Amino acid sequence: MNLFSRLYYKFRQYSKAVQLYLVIAGPGIVVMIADNDAGGITTYAATGAKYEYNLLWFLIILGPVAYFVQEMTVRLGAVTKRGHAEAIFDGFGPFWGWFSLIDLMILDWLTLVTEFIGMTSALAIFGVPGWITVTGVCLLMAVVVFNGRYWTWEKITLAFCALNLIYIPGAFMVHPQVSDIVRHGLVPNFPGGFHGELFFFLMANIGTTIAPWMIFFQQSSVVDKGMKEKDIPWGRFDTFVGSIFTVLVAVFIIIVTGTVFHGQDVNDAGQAAKLLMETHHYAGEFMAIGLFDAGLLGAICISLASSWAFGEVFGWAHSLNDKIKEAPWFYAIYFLALISAGLVVLIPGAPLVLITLFVQVVAVTLLPAALVFLILLLNDKETMGDRVNTLSDNIINGSIVAIIIALSTLFGISTLFPNMLK
Amino acid sequence: MSLRHPFSTVITDAVNKVRAINRRYAHPRLAMSKSTLVALLCLRVYLLTLVGLLVYKFVTVVMQ
Repeated sequence: MNLFSRLYYKFRQYSKAVQLYLVIAGPGIVVMIADNDAGGITTYAATGAKYEYNLLWFLIILGPVAYFVQEMTVRLGAVTKRGHAEAIFDGFGPFWGWFSLIDLMILDWLTLVTEFIGMTSALAIFGVPGWITVTGVCLLMAVVVFNGRYWTWEKITLAFCALNLIYIPGAFMVHPQVSDIVRHGLVPNFPGGFHGELFFFLMANIGTTIAPWMIFFQQSSVVDKGMKEKDIPWGRFDTFVGSIFTVLVAVFIIIVTGTVFHGQDVNDAGQAAKLLMETHHYAGEFMAIGLFDAGLLGAICISLASSWAFGEVFGWAHSLNDKIKEAPWFYAIYFLALISAGLVVLIPGAPLVLITLFVQVVAVTLLPAALVFLILLLNDKETMGDRVNTLSDNIINGSIVAIIIALSTLFGISTLFPNMLK
Repeated sequence: MSLRHPFSTVITDAVNKVRAINRRYAHPRLAMSKSTLVALLCLRVYLLTLVGLLVYKFVTVVMQ
């Protein structure tokens, strides 16, 4: 009897903890899963197709890297109650503030275009014309934000995050050999030696793991959610769970394309889905649905990152808890970015490939600045109090930031000068 | 009423808003220690180099 009551007590204790987590869960999971956006899915699909399972270990390492960077935004947002854009203005003055805000606006808009490219190419597989996809997405995103509550927006977005896990059953449909995955994927190796093309793929994977909009989005999201200092452990846990999911999705995409394509060149995830459908119909359809969902999640988060940033700096009402009448500029920027990016994809002959490449180049102008500011702000004892970076935080985060800056810069430059590393 | 009037009002309002933001954040709150100044200087050099590369690429593409 005593054993049963103790077990029941433990069960109640854990179920309460899970219930509490489900209430708190949000920004960390959303940002991490949205990190696997349309561009990310293409990168993972191409990596698996080219190198099969051999780079799985590298993706697994990137999980903690993403966690450590995003965890800092949780602390900064919860302590200062300010988004990253406002924190940069406040901490470093107007020069760096405007630089970050304008750069973020350009980069977010270009990335939004790539999300629409992914979504239209995914639904084109099912015969849906581009204009219907763009219109449908804009209407869907209006429904998501128009309810006037952060909580509802977050839970709807979490449902889309759950759909992103569609790649996991998709991987089982192509019947991969678990022994091959373990033997080739979990032991660090560089297939064919360390050469220029492989280095380009490694950098592309890093580039998709940490994006500037993620830093701005999660910090603003933490503030809009109203997280307090006492919620930081839950915010960390949320980010940790999100980092596991982001790696899991990436790993399963690589397993799908690695199992089917064996060293083939794949240019984008839409093409991968079409090729997959020739041999594994449902796995291909799952890939296309996942690509659409990834683009949608990316679009939701990226357009919000811009709206939040502008609202913070210009002093406009900028919360998802506000109705349209209360925060007209916040929603105007959200829809302006969304609709204009969608329309670009519909223009016949628009330079979409150039835009996709340009995203990487613009990202390296903002990412180092955002990361350096993050580290400096987290070291401000006056603001952060007990939540200031410790020495070990600085060693870990500083090393990660230095490596990300170096590799993402090389990636951006090699996008500009493709023959440089070959 | 001509269209020029509301347009110029919008521009004037925007400029005033930007000026107000610049005034509000004119003095960076973060203490500018040596390490902070070095980090910001490195960032400026990094960005200038990157912009230089972008301009170089643009010029070479246009010249072709």
